[in-house]
Amino acid sequence: MTDTTTISRESPPVASQETVIRISGVKKSFGHNVVLDGFNLDLHKGENIVVLGKSGSGKSVLIKCIIGLLRPDDGEIQVFGQNVTELNHDELDQVRARVGFLFQSNALYDSMTVRENLEFPMRRHWIKLSQQEANEMVMEALDNVGLAHTVDMMPIELSGGMRKRIALARTLILKPEIILYDEPTTGLDPITGKEISDLMVELQAKYQTSSLIISHDMKCVERTADKIAVLIEGKCHALDSFDGLKASADPVIKQFFE
Amino acid sequence: MMAFSAGTAYKADIYRNMPLTIPPKMKFFFEETGHIARFTGKFFTEGFKPRYEFQEFLRQCFLIGNKSLSLVGLTAFILGLVLTIQLRPPLLRYGVEFELPYIVADSVIREIGPVITALIFAGKIGSGIGAELGSMKVTEQIDAMEVSGTNPFKYLVVTRVLATSLMLPLLVIMSCSISLLGAYIGYNIKGQISFELFFGQIFQWLPFSAIIPSLIKTLFFGFAVGMVGCYRGYHSTKGTEGVGRAANATVVISSFLIFLIDLVAVQITDLLGFTS
Ligand SMILES: Nc1ncnc2c1ncn2[C@@H]1O[C@H](COP(=O)(O)OP(=O)(O)OP(=O)(O)O)[C@@H](O)[C@H]1O
Ligand SMILES: [Mg+2]
Repeated sequence: MTDTTTISRESPPVASQETVIRISGVKKSFGHNVVLDGFNLDLHKGENIVVLGKSGSGKSVLIKCIIGLLRPDDGEIQVFGQNVTELNHDELDQVRARVGFLFQSNALYDSMTVRENLEFPMRRHWIKLSQQEANEMVMEALDNVGLAHTVDMMPIELSGGMRKRIALARTLILKPEIILYDEPTTGLDPITGKEISDLMVELQAKYQTSSLIISHDMKCVERTADKIAVLIEGKCHALDSFDGLKASADPVIKQFFE
Repeated sequence: MMAFSAGTAYKADIYRNMPLTIPPKMKFFFEETGHIARFTGKFFTEGFKPRYEFQEFLRQCFLIGNKSLSLVGLTAFILGLVLTIQLRPPLLRYGVEFELPYIVADSVIREIGPVITALIFAGKIGSGIGAELGSMKVTEQIDAMEVSGTNPFKYLVVTRVLATSLMLPLLVIMSCSISLLGAYIGYNIKGQISFELFFGQIFQWLPFSAIIPSLIKTLFFGFAVGMVGCYRGYHSTKGTEGVGRAANATVVISSFLIFLIDLVAVQITDLLGFTS
Protein backbone atom coordinates (compact mmCIF):
# COMPACT_ATOMS: atom_id res chain seq x y z
CA MET A 1 0.00 0.00 0.00
CA THR A 2 1.25 3.46 -0.69
CA ASP A 3 2.15 5.67 2.17
CA THR A 4 -0.86 7.88 2.52
CA THR A 5 -0.79 8.64 6.19
CA THR A 6 0.65 12.07 5.55
CA ILE A 7 -2.35 13.16 3.58
CA SER A 8 -4.64 15.20 5.71
CA ARG A 9 -8.05 16.57 4.96
CA GLU A 10 -7.42 19.75 6.95
CA SER A 11 -6.87 21.72 3.81
CA PRO A 12 -8.79 20.16 0.95
CA PRO A 13 -7.49 21.17 -2.46
CA VAL A 14 -9.41 24.14 -3.66
CA ALA A 15 -11.72 23.11 -6.43
CA SER A 16 -11.41 25.31 -9.46
CA GLN A 17 -14.43 26.80 -11.10
CA GLU A 18 -14.03 24.64 -14.19
CA THR A 19 -17.01 22.28 -14.41
CA VAL A 20 -16.12 18.80 -15.64
CA ILE A 21 -19.54 17.19 -15.25
CA ARG A 22 -22.78 19.10 -15.47
CA ILE A 23 -25.98 17.14 -14.92
CA SER A 24 -29.11 19.12 -15.60
CA GLY A 25 -32.68 17.94 -15.29
CA VAL A 26 -31.92 14.28 -15.88
CA LYS A 27 -34.91 11.96 -15.89
CA LYS A 28 -34.86 8.20 -16.16
CA SER A 29 -37.63 5.66 -15.72
CA PHE A 30 -37.83 1.91 -16.23
CA GLY A 31 -41.44 1.25 -17.20
CA HIS A 32 -43.52 2.77 -14.42
CA ASN A 33 -40.56 2.91 -12.05
CA VAL A 34 -39.42 6.53 -12.01
CA VAL A 35 -35.81 6.46 -10.84
CA LEU A 36 -34.39 9.89 -11.65
CA ASP A 37 -36.77 12.79 -11.82
CA GLY A 38 -34.99 15.99 -12.71
CA PHE A 39 -31.59 15.51 -11.11
CA ASN A 40 -29.11 18.44 -11.16
CA LEU A 41 -25.49 18.40 -10.08
CA ASP A 42 -22.23 20.10 -11.05
CA LEU A 43 -18.84 18.53 -10.45
CA HIS A 44 -15.85 20.84 -10.59
CA LYS A 45 -12.29 19.99 -11.43
CA GLY A 46 -10.38 18.61 -8.46
CA GLU A 47 -13.51 18.05 -6.42
CA ASN A 48 -14.87 14.90 -4.73
CA ILE A 49 -18.62 14.68 -4.47
CA VAL A 50 -20.26 11.80 -2.64
CA VAL A 51 -23.74 10.76 -3.65
CA LEU A 52 -25.76 9.48 -0.73
CA GLY A 53 -29.03 7.71 -1.11
CA LYS A 54 -31.00 4.71 0.01
CA SER A 55 -30.57 1.37 -1.68
CA GLY A 56 -32.50 1.38 -4.94
CA SER A 57 -32.73 5.16 -5.07
CA GLY A 58 -30.93 5.29 -8.43
CA LYS A 59 -27.32 6.10 -7.60
CA SER A 60 -25.91 3.46 -9.91
CA VAL A 61 -28.35 4.47 -12.61
CA LEU A 62 -27.13 8.06 -12.28
CA ILE A 63 -23.47 7.29 -12.87
CA LYS A 64 -24.32 4.84 -15.64
CA CYS A 65 -26.10 7.70 -17.38
CA ILE A 66 -22.97 9.83 -17.03
CA ILE A 67 -20.75 7.27 -18.74
CA GLY A 68 -23.36 6.62 -21.43
CA LEU A 69 -24.27 3.07 -20.44
CA LEU A 70 -27.84 4.19 -19.90
CA ARG A 71 -29.56 6.89 -21.87
CA PRO A 72 -31.57 9.38 -19.85
CA ASP A 73 -35.16 9.93 -20.96
CA ASP A 74 -34.76 13.65 -20.60
CA GLY A 75 -32.21 16.25 -19.53
CA GLU A 76 -28.60 16.86 -20.39
CA ILE A 77 -25.32 15.47 -19.14
CA GLN A 78 -22.15 17.32 -20.09
CA VAL A 79 -18.79 15.71 -19.51
CA PHE A 80 -15.82 17.95 -20.38
CA GLY A 81 -18.38 20.24 -22.00
CA GLN A 82 -19.69 17.57 -24.36
CA ASN A 83 -23.24 16.33 -24.16
CA VAL A 84 -22.81 12.57 -23.77
CA THR A 85 -26.36 11.82 -24.84
CA GLU A 86 -25.67 13.22 -28.28
CA LEU A 87 -22.22 11.81 -28.99
CA ASN A 88 -21.63 9.04 -31.51
CA HIS A 89 -19.73 5.91 -30.61
CA ASP A 90 -16.23 7.19 -31.38
CA GLU A 91 -16.69 10.51 -29.64
CA LEU A 92 -18.12 8.72 -26.64
CA ASP A 93 -15.09 6.43 -26.55
CA GLN A 94 -12.81 9.46 -26.46
CA VAL A 95 -14.67 10.82 -23.48
CA ARG A 96 -14.65 7.40 -21.80
CA ALA A 97 -10.88 7.13 -22.14
CA ARG A 98 -10.64 10.10 -19.76
CA VAL A 99 -13.21 8.79 -17.29
CA GLY A 100 -12.68 5.86 -14.92
CA PHE A 101 -15.62 3.78 -13.81
CA LEU A 102 -15.61 1.41 -10.86
CA PHE A 103 -18.50 -1.03 -11.08
CA GLN A 104 -20.45 -1.93 -7.98
CA SER A 105 -20.14 -5.58 -8.98
CA ASN A 106 -16.44 -5.13 -9.94
CA ALA A 107 -17.09 -6.58 -13.42
CA LEU A 108 -13.70 -8.24 -13.71
CA TYR A 109 -13.36 -10.37 -16.83
CA ASP A 110 -13.54 -13.98 -15.59
CA SER A 111 -11.77 -15.41 -18.60
CA MET A 112 -8.68 -13.21 -18.24
CA THR A 113 -5.88 -13.07 -15.72
CA VAL A 114 -5.43 -10.03 -13.50
CA ARG A 115 -2.75 -8.75 -15.86
CA GLU A 116 -4.99 -9.10 -18.91
CA ASN A 117 -7.80 -7.44 -17.03
CA LEU A 118 -5.63 -4.40 -16.37
CA GLU A 119 -4.19 -4.34 -19.87
CA PHE A 120 -7.61 -4.49 -21.48
CA PRO A 121 -8.49 -0.77 -21.20
CA MET A 122 -4.99 0.27 -22.32
CA ARG A 123 -5.06 -1.89 -25.42
CA ARG A 124 -8.61 -1.05 -26.30
CA HIS A 125 -8.29 2.71 -26.09
CA TRP A 126 -5.63 2.62 -28.82
CA ILE A 127 -2.88 3.57 -26.45
CA LYS A 128 0.46 2.74 -28.01
CA LEU A 129 2.70 1.11 -25.45
CA SER A 130 5.63 -1.26 -25.54
CA GLN A 131 5.22 -4.48 -23.60
CA GLN A 132 7.66 -3.16 -21.02
CA GLU A 133 5.75 0.07 -20.47
CA ALA A 134 2.51 -1.87 -20.22
CA ASN A 135 4.04 -4.17 -17.62
CA GLU A 136 5.28 -1.23 -15.61
CA MET A 137 1.87 0.41 -15.65
CA VAL A 138 0.21 -2.82 -14.57
CA MET A 139 2.64 -3.30 -11.69
CA GLU A 140 2.31 0.31 -10.59
CA ALA A 141 -1.47 0.07 -10.56
CA LEU A 142 -1.32 -3.18 -8.59
CA ASP A 143 1.17 -1.72 -6.14
CA ASN A 144 -1.23 1.12 -5.49
CA VAL A 145 -3.80 -1.35 -4.18
CA GLY A 146 -1.24 -3.63 -2.55
CA LEU A 147 -1.85 -6.66 -4.74
CA ALA A 148 1.27 -6.97 -6.89
CA HIS A 149 1.56 -10.68 -6.14
CA THR A 150 -1.78 -11.52 -7.79
CA VAL A 151 -0.71 -10.40 -11.27
CA ASP A 152 -0.92 -13.85 -12.85
CA MET A 153 -3.94 -15.12 -10.98
CA MET A 154 -7.47 -15.47 -12.29
CA PRO A 155 -10.22 -13.33 -10.71
CA ILE A 156 -11.97 -16.47 -9.48
CA GLU A 157 -8.98 -17.23 -7.22
CA LEU A 158 -9.28 -13.91 -5.38
CA SER A 159 -11.37 -12.97 -2.38
CA GLY A 160 -14.20 -10.48 -2.69
CA GLY A 161 -12.19 -7.61 -1.24
CA MET A 162 -9.21 -8.41 -3.44
CA ARG A 163 -11.45 -8.37 -6.49
CA LYS A 164 -12.72 -4.95 -5.48
CA ARG A 165 -9.16 -3.69 -5.24
CA ILE A 166 -8.20 -5.20 -8.62
CA ALA A 167 -11.25 -3.52 -10.12
CA LEU A 168 -10.08 -0.26 -8.58
CA ALA A 169 -6.61 -0.76 -10.06
CA ARG A 170 -8.17 -1.34 -13.47
CA THR A 171 -10.22 1.82 -13.11
CA LEU A 172 -7.17 3.89 -12.19
CA ILE A 173 -4.67 2.45 -14.64
CA LEU A 174 -5.27 5.02 -17.35
CA LYS A 175 -4.97 7.89 -14.84
CA PRO A 176 -8.45 9.18 -15.63
CA GLU A 177 -9.34 12.81 -15.07
CA ILE A 178 -12.75 11.94 -13.71
CA ILE A 179 -13.44 8.86 -11.64
CA LEU A 180 -16.89 7.48 -10.93
CA TYR A 181 -16.74 5.15 -7.95
CA ASP A 182 -19.70 2.87 -7.26
CA GLU A 183 -19.24 1.75 -3.65
CA PRO A 184 -15.44 1.53 -3.56
CA THR A 185 -15.16 0.32 0.03
CA THR A 186 -18.17 -1.95 0.37
CA GLY A 187 -17.15 -5.42 1.46
CA LEU A 188 -13.71 -4.37 2.65
CA ASP A 189 -12.41 -4.55 6.20
CA PRO A 190 -12.07 -1.18 7.96
CA ILE A 191 -8.29 -1.08 7.52
CA THR A 192 -8.33 -1.74 3.79
CA GLY A 193 -11.33 0.54 3.51
CA LYS A 194 -9.33 3.32 5.06
CA GLU A 195 -6.41 2.65 2.74
CA ILE A 196 -8.67 2.83 -0.28
CA SER A 197 -10.21 6.07 0.96
CA ASP A 198 -6.75 7.50 1.47
CA LEU A 199 -5.75 6.40 -2.01
CA MET A 200 -8.75 8.21 -3.42
CA VAL A 201 -7.81 11.40 -1.59
CA GLU A 202 -4.20 11.03 -2.64
CA LEU A 203 -5.15 10.71 -6.30
CA GLN A 204 -7.27 13.80 -6.02
CA ALA A 205 -4.39 15.79 -4.51
CA LYS A 206 -1.75 14.45 -6.88
CA TYR A 207 -3.52 14.53 -10.24
CA GLN A 208 -6.35 16.99 -9.54
CA THR A 209 -8.85 14.27 -10.44
CA SER A 210 -12.51 14.90 -9.91
CA SER A 211 -14.62 12.11 -8.50
CA LEU A 212 -18.22 11.18 -8.03
CA ILE A 213 -18.36 8.64 -5.23
CA ILE A 214 -21.26 6.46 -4.26
CA SER A 215 -20.85 5.11 -0.78
CA HIS A 216 -22.71 4.03 2.31
CA ASP A 217 -19.55 3.80 4.34
CA MET A 218 -19.65 6.96 6.49
CA LYS A 219 -15.95 6.69 7.35
CA CYS A 220 -15.10 6.73 3.66
CA VAL A 221 -17.58 9.52 3.03
CA GLU A 222 -16.12 11.66 5.79
CA ARG A 223 -12.60 11.10 4.55
CA THR A 224 -13.17 11.66 0.86
CA ALA A 225 -16.08 14.05 0.42
CA ASP A 226 -15.65 17.73 -0.35
CA LYS A 227 -19.39 17.88 -0.81
CA ILE A 228 -22.24 15.46 -0.39
CA ALA A 229 -25.24 15.27 -2.68
CA VAL A 230 -28.26 13.56 -1.18
CA LEU A 231 -30.35 11.72 -3.76
CA ILE A 232 -33.95 11.38 -2.68
CA GLU A 233 -36.91 10.59 -4.91
CA GLY A 234 -34.91 11.11 -8.05
CA LYS A 235 -33.78 14.62 -7.18
CA CYS A 236 -30.75 16.19 -5.58
CA HIS A 237 -32.33 16.88 -2.22
CA ALA A 238 -29.35 18.66 -0.66
CA LEU A 239 -25.77 19.54 -1.52
CA ASP A 240 -23.42 20.52 1.27
CA SER A 241 -20.22 19.62 3.08
CA PHE A 242 -20.08 16.65 5.47
CA ASP A 243 -20.23 18.84 8.54
CA GLY A 244 -22.93 21.02 7.06
CA LEU A 245 -25.20 18.04 6.43
CA LYS A 246 -24.38 16.46 9.77
CA ALA A 247 -25.66 19.56 11.50
CA SER A 248 -28.77 19.63 9.34
CA ALA A 249 -32.15 19.56 11.05
CA ASP A 250 -33.84 17.87 8.09
CA PRO A 251 -35.06 14.47 9.37
CA VAL A 252 -34.53 12.83 5.97
CA ILE A 253 -30.88 13.81 5.98
CA LYS A 254 -30.40 13.00 9.65
CA GLN A 255 -31.15 9.33 8.95
CA PHE A 256 -27.92 8.96 7.01
CA PHE A 257 -25.80 10.21 9.90
CA GLU A 258 -27.22 8.01 12.64
CA MET B 1 -69.87 -25.81 -8.60
CA MET B 2 -68.02 -22.74 -7.60
CA ALA B 3 -64.99 -23.70 -9.58
CA PHE B 4 -67.12 -24.43 -12.60
CA SER B 5 -68.85 -21.08 -12.60
CA ALA B 6 -65.60 -19.29 -11.98
CA GLY B 7 -64.14 -21.15 -14.95
CA THR B 8 -66.91 -20.13 -17.30
CA ALA B 9 -66.74 -16.57 -16.15
CA TYR B 10 -63.05 -16.54 -16.92
CA LYS B 11 -63.65 -17.99 -20.35
CA ALA B 12 -66.35 -15.50 -21.15
CA ASP B 13 -63.97 -12.80 -20.15
CA ILE B 14 -61.38 -14.04 -22.60
CA TYR B 15 -63.86 -14.07 -25.45
CA ARG B 16 -65.07 -10.63 -24.63
CA ASN B 17 -61.59 -9.26 -24.76
CA MET B 18 -60.57 -11.26 -27.76
CA PRO B 19 -60.24 -8.54 -30.37
CA LEU B 20 -58.27 -6.31 -28.03
CA THR B 21 -55.72 -8.56 -26.32
CA ILE B 22 -53.13 -10.90 -27.71
CA PRO B 23 -52.44 -13.96 -25.53
CA PRO B 24 -49.23 -13.30 -23.59
CA LYS B 25 -47.42 -16.30 -25.08
CA MET B 26 -48.17 -15.20 -28.59
CA LYS B 27 -47.15 -11.66 -27.78
CA PHE B 28 -43.91 -12.99 -26.34
CA PHE B 29 -43.31 -15.06 -29.46
CA PHE B 30 -43.77 -12.12 -31.81
CA GLU B 31 -41.71 -9.79 -29.66
CA GLU B 32 -38.94 -12.33 -29.40
CA THR B 33 -38.94 -12.91 -33.15
CA GLY B 34 -38.73 -9.17 -33.69
CA HIS B 35 -35.83 -8.84 -31.28
CA ILE B 36 -33.88 -11.67 -32.88
CA ALA B 37 -34.45 -10.15 -36.31
CA ARG B 38 -33.15 -6.80 -35.09
CA PHE B 39 -30.18 -8.47 -33.42
CA THR B 40 -29.36 -10.30 -36.66
CA GLY B 41 -29.74 -7.08 -38.60
CA LYS B 42 -27.31 -5.43 -36.23
CA PHE B 43 -24.83 -8.20 -36.96
CA PHE B 44 -24.85 -7.27 -40.64
CA THR B 45 -24.69 -3.53 -40.13
CA GLU B 46 -22.05 -3.55 -37.39
CA GLY B 47 -20.09 -6.58 -38.50
CA PHE B 48 -18.74 -5.09 -41.69
CA LYS B 49 -17.70 -1.73 -40.33
CA PRO B 50 -14.25 -1.24 -38.84
CA ARG B 51 -12.82 -1.76 -36.29
CA TYR B 52 -12.34 -5.45 -37.07
CA GLU B 53 -11.64 -7.68 -34.10
CA PHE B 54 -9.49 -10.04 -36.10
CA GLN B 55 -7.41 -11.36 -33.22
CA GLU B 56 -10.43 -12.18 -31.11
CA PHE B 57 -12.01 -13.85 -34.15
CA LEU B 58 -9.01 -16.13 -34.59
CA ARG B 59 -8.97 -16.91 -30.89
CA GLN B 60 -12.64 -17.86 -31.00
CA CYS B 61 -12.08 -20.04 -34.09
CA PHE B 62 -9.36 -21.87 -32.25
CA LEU B 63 -11.37 -22.30 -29.06
CA ILE B 64 -14.52 -23.38 -30.85
CA GLY B 65 -12.76 -25.83 -33.13
CA ASN B 66 -10.56 -27.18 -30.42
CA LYS B 67 -13.37 -27.69 -27.94
CA SER B 68 -15.56 -29.70 -30.27
CA LEU B 69 -12.89 -31.61 -32.21
CA SER B 70 -12.70 -34.80 -30.16
CA LEU B 71 -16.42 -35.07 -29.49
CA VAL B 72 -17.32 -34.55 -33.13
CA GLY B 73 -14.60 -36.95 -34.27
CA LEU B 74 -15.69 -39.73 -31.94
CA THR B 75 -19.39 -39.47 -32.71
CA ALA B 76 -18.69 -39.27 -36.44
CA PHE B 77 -16.65 -42.45 -36.31
CA ILE B 78 -19.35 -44.34 -34.42
CA LEU B 79 -21.98 -42.98 -36.77
CA GLY B 80 -20.23 -44.30 -39.89
CA LEU B 81 -19.56 -47.64 -38.26
CA VAL B 82 -23.09 -48.21 -36.99
CA LEU B 83 -24.75 -47.02 -40.16
CA THR B 84 -22.73 -49.49 -42.25
CA ILE B 85 -23.40 -52.42 -39.95
CA GLN B 86 -27.12 -51.69 -39.86
CA LEU B 87 -27.55 -51.11 -43.58
CA ARG B 88 -25.80 -54.29 -44.62
CA PRO B 89 -28.67 -56.83 -43.96
CA PRO B 90 -31.36 -54.99 -45.95
CA LEU B 91 -28.96 -54.42 -48.86
CA LEU B 92 -27.96 -58.09 -48.74
CA ARG B 93 -31.63 -59.01 -49.01
CA TYR B 94 -31.91 -57.09 -52.27
CA GLY B 95 -28.53 -58.37 -53.41
CA VAL B 96 -26.97 -54.94 -53.76
CA GLU B 97 -24.40 -55.24 -51.02
CA PHE B 98 -21.76 -53.75 -53.31
CA GLU B 99 -23.73 -50.49 -53.18
CA LEU B 100 -23.21 -50.25 -49.43
CA PRO B 101 -20.22 -47.82 -49.47
CA TYR B 102 -22.01 -45.45 -51.81
CA ILE B 103 -25.30 -45.49 -49.90
CA VAL B 104 -23.59 -44.85 -46.57
CA ALA B 105 -21.42 -42.10 -48.00
CA ASP B 106 -24.33 -40.41 -49.73
CA SER B 107 -26.47 -40.29 -46.59
CA VAL B 108 -23.58 -39.25 -44.39
CA ILE B 109 -22.36 -36.44 -46.61
CA ARG B 110 -25.70 -35.05 -47.65
CA GLU B 111 -27.67 -35.32 -44.44
CA ILE B 112 -26.60 -37.23 -41.39
CA GLY B 113 -23.09 -35.85 -41.06
CA PRO B 114 -24.03 -32.17 -41.27
CA VAL B 115 -27.12 -32.46 -39.09
CA ILE B 116 -25.61 -34.62 -36.34
CA THR B 117 -22.47 -32.52 -36.23
CA ALA B 118 -24.53 -29.35 -36.03
CA LEU B 119 -26.67 -30.76 -33.22
CA ILE B 120 -23.60 -31.74 -31.24
CA PHE B 121 -22.15 -28.32 -32.00
CA ALA B 122 -25.31 -26.64 -30.71
CA GLY B 123 -25.14 -28.66 -27.51
CA LYS B 124 -21.47 -28.09 -26.89
CA ILE B 125 -20.61 -24.69 -28.38
CA GLY B 126 -23.99 -22.96 -28.54
CA SER B 127 -24.77 -23.60 -24.90
CA GLY B 128 -21.24 -22.50 -23.99
CA ILE B 129 -21.68 -19.19 -25.82
CA GLY B 130 -25.09 -18.64 -24.24
CA ALA B 131 -23.75 -19.30 -20.75
CA GLU B 132 -20.56 -17.29 -21.23
CA LEU B 133 -22.22 -14.18 -22.60
CA GLY B 134 -25.06 -14.58 -20.12
CA SER B 135 -22.74 -14.54 -17.15
CA MET B 136 -20.78 -11.65 -18.65
CA LYS B 137 -24.03 -9.78 -18.98
CA VAL B 138 -25.29 -10.32 -15.44
CA THR B 139 -21.93 -9.51 -13.85
CA GLU B 140 -21.69 -6.27 -15.89
CA GLN B 141 -18.60 -7.42 -17.80
CA ILE B 142 -20.26 -6.40 -21.05
CA ASP B 143 -20.82 -2.91 -19.65
CA ALA B 144 -17.21 -2.84 -18.48
CA MET B 145 -16.07 -3.56 -22.05
CA GLU B 146 -18.27 -0.82 -23.34
CA VAL B 147 -16.67 1.79 -21.09
CA SER B 148 -13.19 0.47 -21.95
CA GLY B 149 -13.38 1.67 -25.51
CA THR B 150 -14.71 -1.57 -26.91
CA ASN B 151 -17.87 -2.18 -28.83
CA PRO B 152 -18.98 -5.36 -27.05
CA PHE B 153 -21.29 -6.29 -29.89
CA LYS B 154 -18.35 -6.45 -32.28
CA TYR B 155 -15.91 -7.89 -29.80
CA LEU B 156 -18.19 -10.61 -28.45
CA VAL B 157 -21.03 -11.22 -30.88
CA VAL B 158 -19.61 -10.61 -34.35
CA THR B 159 -16.46 -12.61 -33.67
CA ARG B 160 -18.34 -15.57 -32.24
CA VAL B 161 -20.96 -15.70 -34.98
CA LEU B 162 -18.30 -15.50 -37.70
CA ALA B 163 -16.27 -18.16 -35.92
CA THR B 164 -19.18 -20.59 -35.59
CA SER B 165 -20.17 -19.98 -39.23
CA LEU B 166 -16.65 -20.78 -40.38
CA MET B 167 -15.79 -23.59 -38.02
CA LEU B 168 -18.92 -25.69 -38.38
CA PRO B 169 -18.39 -26.36 -42.11
CA LEU B 170 -14.77 -27.27 -41.39
CA LEU B 171 -15.88 -29.60 -38.62
CA VAL B 172 -18.39 -31.16 -40.98
CA ILE B 173 -15.69 -31.88 -43.56
CA MET B 174 -13.71 -33.56 -40.83
CA SER B 175 -16.65 -35.44 -39.39
CA CYS B 176 -17.73 -36.75 -42.81
CA SER B 177 -14.21 -37.99 -43.50
CA ILE B 178 -14.06 -39.76 -40.16
CA SER B 179 -17.53 -41.23 -40.69
CA LEU B 180 -16.41 -42.72 -43.98
CA LEU B 181 -13.39 -44.17 -42.24
CA GLY B 182 -15.73 -45.68 -39.66
CA ALA B 183 -17.86 -47.03 -42.49
CA TYR B 184 -14.82 -48.64 -44.07
CA ILE B 185 -13.98 -50.38 -40.82
CA GLY B 186 -17.63 -51.32 -40.32
CA TYR B 187 -17.67 -52.92 -43.77
CA ASN B 188 -14.60 -54.94 -42.98
CA ILE B 189 -16.09 -56.43 -39.83
CA LYS B 190 -18.37 -58.75 -41.79
CA GLY B 191 -17.18 -58.42 -45.34
CA GLN B 192 -13.90 -57.66 -46.97
CA ILE B 193 -13.01 -54.71 -49.11
CA SER B 194 -9.80 -52.88 -49.81
CA PHE B 195 -9.42 -49.22 -48.99
CA GLU B 196 -9.06 -48.31 -52.68
CA LEU B 197 -12.08 -50.29 -53.75
CA PHE B 198 -14.22 -48.87 -50.94
CA PHE B 199 -13.55 -45.26 -51.83
CA GLY B 200 -13.51 -46.07 -55.54
CA GLN B 201 -17.05 -47.37 -55.11
CA ILE B 202 -18.12 -44.20 -53.37
CA PHE B 203 -16.72 -41.69 -55.81
CA GLN B 204 -17.87 -43.63 -58.82
CA TRP B 205 -21.38 -42.43 -58.06
CA LEU B 206 -20.89 -39.55 -55.75
CA PRO B 207 -19.51 -36.44 -57.40
CA PHE B 208 -17.15 -34.44 -55.32
CA SER B 209 -19.47 -31.46 -55.63
CA ALA B 210 -22.04 -33.28 -53.48
CA ILE B 211 -20.37 -31.79 -50.48
CA ILE B 212 -20.96 -28.20 -51.60
CA PRO B 213 -24.67 -27.96 -50.68
CA SER B 214 -23.82 -29.60 -47.38
CA LEU B 215 -21.18 -27.04 -46.64
CA ILE B 216 -23.46 -24.17 -47.56
CA LYS B 217 -26.21 -25.39 -45.30
CA THR B 218 -23.81 -26.02 -42.45
CA LEU B 219 -22.62 -22.46 -42.79
CA PHE B 220 -26.20 -21.46 -42.02
CA PHE B 221 -26.37 -24.01 -39.18
CA GLY B 222 -23.25 -22.49 -37.67
CA PHE B 223 -24.61 -18.99 -38.14
CA ALA B 224 -27.86 -19.97 -36.42
CA VAL B 225 -26.09 -21.59 -33.48
CA GLY B 226 -23.79 -18.59 -32.96
CA MET B 227 -26.54 -16.05 -33.40
CA VAL B 228 -28.99 -17.73 -31.03
CA GLY B 229 -26.29 -18.32 -28.40
CA CYS B 230 -25.16 -14.71 -28.54
CA TYR B 231 -28.69 -13.37 -28.55
CA ARG B 232 -29.80 -15.42 -25.56
CA GLY B 233 -26.63 -14.62 -23.64
CA TYR B 234 -26.60 -10.95 -24.50
CA HIS B 235 -30.19 -10.53 -23.41
CA SER B 236 -30.25 -12.86 -20.46
CA THR B 237 -32.08 -11.42 -17.50
CA LYS B 238 -30.49 -10.68 -14.20
CA GLY B 239 -29.29 -13.44 -11.94
CA THR B 240 -27.51 -16.75 -12.27
CA GLU B 241 -30.76 -18.46 -13.10
CA GLY B 242 -30.93 -16.38 -16.26
CA VAL B 243 -27.54 -17.73 -17.31
CA GLY B 244 -28.69 -21.33 -17.11
CA ARG B 245 -31.83 -20.46 -18.98
CA ALA B 246 -29.83 -18.74 -21.71
CA ALA B 247 -27.69 -21.85 -22.21
CA ASN B 248 -30.68 -24.13 -22.24
CA ALA B 249 -32.75 -21.98 -24.59
CA THR B 250 -29.82 -21.76 -26.98
CA VAL B 251 -29.68 -25.52 -27.40
CA VAL B 252 -33.43 -25.89 -27.83
CA ILE B 253 -33.90 -23.01 -30.26
CA SER B 254 -30.83 -23.65 -32.36
CA SER B 255 -31.54 -27.40 -32.63
CA PHE B 256 -34.97 -26.55 -33.91
CA LEU B 257 -33.55 -23.99 -36.33
CA ILE B 258 -31.10 -26.57 -37.66
CA PHE B 259 -33.96 -28.80 -38.76
CA LEU B 260 -35.84 -25.84 -40.15
CA ILE B 261 -32.87 -24.73 -42.22
CA ASP B 262 -32.34 -28.33 -43.31
CA LEU B 263 -35.89 -28.44 -44.57
CA VAL B 264 -35.45 -25.27 -46.58
CA ALA B 265 -32.06 -26.37 -47.85
CA VAL B 266 -33.35 -29.66 -49.24
CA GLN B 267 -36.03 -27.82 -51.21
CA ILE B 268 -33.48 -25.46 -52.70
CA THR B 269 -30.93 -28.12 -53.60
CA ASP B 270 -33.75 -30.15 -55.09
CA LEU B 271 -34.86 -27.23 -57.24
CA LEU B 272 -31.31 -26.62 -58.37
CA GLY B 273 -30.89 -30.29 -59.24
CA PHE B 274 -28.17 -30.99 -56.73
CA THR B 275 -29.83 -34.00 -55.13
CA SER B 276 -29.08 -36.57 -57.82
N1 LIG C 1 -31.47 -2.09 -16.22
C1 LIG C 1 -32.51 -1.87 -15.41
N2 LIG C 1 -33.74 -2.22 -15.80
C2 LIG C 1 -34.81 -1.99 -15.02
N3 LIG C 1 -34.75 -1.38 -13.83
C3 LIG C 1 -33.55 -1.00 -13.39
C4 LIG C 1 -32.35 -1.22 -14.15
N4 LIG C 1 -31.30 -0.75 -13.46
C5 LIG C 1 -31.82 -0.25 -12.31
N5 LIG C 1 -33.16 -0.40 -12.26
C6 LIG C 1 -34.04 0.07 -11.18
O1 LIG C 1 -33.65 1.37 -10.86
C7 LIG C 1 -33.71 1.56 -9.46
C8 LIG C 1 -32.40 2.12 -8.95
O2 LIG C 1 -31.37 1.18 -9.12
P1 LIG C 1 -29.87 1.48 -8.74
O3 LIG C 1 -29.09 0.29 -9.10
O4 LIG C 1 -29.47 2.76 -9.33
O5 LIG C 1 -29.95 1.61 -7.17
P2 LIG C 1 -28.78 2.10 -6.19
O6 LIG C 1 -29.17 3.42 -5.68
O7 LIG C 1 -27.48 1.97 -6.88
O8 LIG C 1 -28.92 1.03 -5.03
P3 LIG C 1 -27.76 0.22 -4.26
O9 LIG C 1 -27.27 1.13 -3.20
O10 LIG C 1 -28.49 -0.94 -3.69
O11 LIG C 1 -26.73 -0.17 -5.25
C9 LIG C 1 -34.08 0.24 -8.84
O12 LIG C 1 -35.43 0.29 -8.49
C10 LIG C 1 -33.88 -0.77 -9.94
O13 LIG C 1 -34.86 -1.74 -9.87
MG1 LIG D 1 -25.91 0.73 -6.83
